[in-house]
Amino acid sequence: MNVRIPTPLRSYTAQQAVVTADGDTVDAVLADLDARYPGIRFRMIDEQNRIRPHMKVFLNDEAVRDLATAVAPTDDLTIVQALSGG
Amino acid sequence: MTDTPSLLVGTRKGAWVFSAGASRTSWTSEGPAFLGHIAQHLVLDPRDRRTLLLAAATGHLGPTVFRSEDLGRTWKEATLPPAFPTGDRLERAVRRVFWLSPGHESEPGVWYAGCTPQALFRSDDGGDTWSSVRGFNDHPMYETWCEWQEEQTPDGSMLHSVIVDPRDPRHLYLGLSSGGVFESTDAGADWAPLNAGCEIVFAPVPEPEYGHDPHCVRAHPQLPDRLYQQNHCGIYRMERGDGRWVRIGDNMPRDVGDVGFPIELHPRDPDTAWVFPMDGTDVWPRTSPDGRPAVFVTRDGGTSWTRQSGGLPERAWYTVKRQAMTTDDGDPIGVYFGTTSGELWASIDEGEQWRCIAQHLPEIYSVEFAEPA
Repeated sequence: MNVRIPTPLRSYTAQQAVVTADGDTVDAVLADLDARYPGIRFRMIDEQNRIRPHMKVFLNDEAVRDLATAVAPTDDLTIVQALSGG
Repeated sequence: MTDTPSLLVGTRKGAWVFSAGASRTSWTSEGPAFLGHIAQHLVLDPRDRRTLLLAAATGHLGPTVFRSEDLGRTWKEATLPPAFPTGDRLERAVRRVFWLSPGHESEPGVWYAGCTPQALFRSDDGGDTWSSVRGFNDHPMYETWCEWQEEQTPDGSMLHSVIVDPRDPRHLYLGLSSGGVFESTDAGADWAPLNAGCEIVFAPVPEPEYGHDPHCVRAHPQLPDRLYQQNHCGIYRMERGDGRWVRIGDNMPRDVGDVGFPIELHPRDPDTAWVFPMDGTDVWPRTSPDGRPAVFVTRDGGTSWTRQSGGLPERAWYTVKRQAMTTDDGDPIGVYFGTTSGELWASIDEGEQWRCIAQHLPEIYSVEFAEPA
């Protein structure tokens, strides 16, 4: 499936805005993303598997609250970062 | 970064390196590296003098450590940055890697990291992979010592001032900004408070066993049983054999007081230390008392203090953070500090005269002297 990467995380994806990753849940897709781009997951998901503050993950047009949410290969995953603060 | 003695400067918006050669008069800068990242602490490994570690985050991404084995020409992120085990009993997650300390000279590759929430991590491979020092982080007293889940400071309490005894790699000290000074004699397997004599002046019990707020703790490299600390409640010295802190800040001028964040030691003279006092009255402005910046030095272990403000502005309104002051090993010693207003100041005569060597930097979080090879 396609995964959209926000600019603060593109140093991990060689500046690619859209990459592919596979899995049958959001968690599995993010694990596969981390296997392809090591280190990227920990910058957005903490060690207790909580999405970090200021980060959101959208499955198509729905915000994901549970990383166990099932996904299909035709879905799109969008990682969004709120660039708040100064 | 070249192989000349340098200042490593971490800021809220990236890292810089300043170098001047032996004269220490004409400074050049490199940077920013990691523009936009919070560069909390940039440290050169004193054992190989080639490896740099940077404790970093951004305002939005998780905390991590970056490593360079070629003096900053190339960088790689740590494979396993400091993190609690998944399924941690307190569900803790590292929010910031705050402090980096190289391990003992006999243990190349060992590093310690102090974090927010207050926790200690260790690397045995030069900072590439990190693991929880469970002897501290899972100590039966952890939740009591660390005021876990009752953190009061805006950015959270932090573990800092990780000190390794140069005579014994198993002998460690650390500071908790909500907890006090702690000591381990078994490489971190067990810990005990080391706060006797240190007062919490506003507390109902002024001299508790723990609960203090050390801002910066140092042990003298030539006399490791002599400890100094700049505490929230004053400047202290301890002769470890006595096991009791003595408030040497009582000897500071009354109109200046002895509140501040950094304390730096003369690398060859255990009786000499520098502090940068700040206004700790009223709502704690955290600026210099009366807005008159000055370093104070003691040459006699804290019995007396001398004001050193030559070259500093008559009035200015900044703070020097706990990691933002350092000394070199020149003769005479160079002393350096960075301000929250982004100025870097240098003295090459042990604090007598000061010169601003950089301005308009972002808020400075850390300044470390480095001698690369």
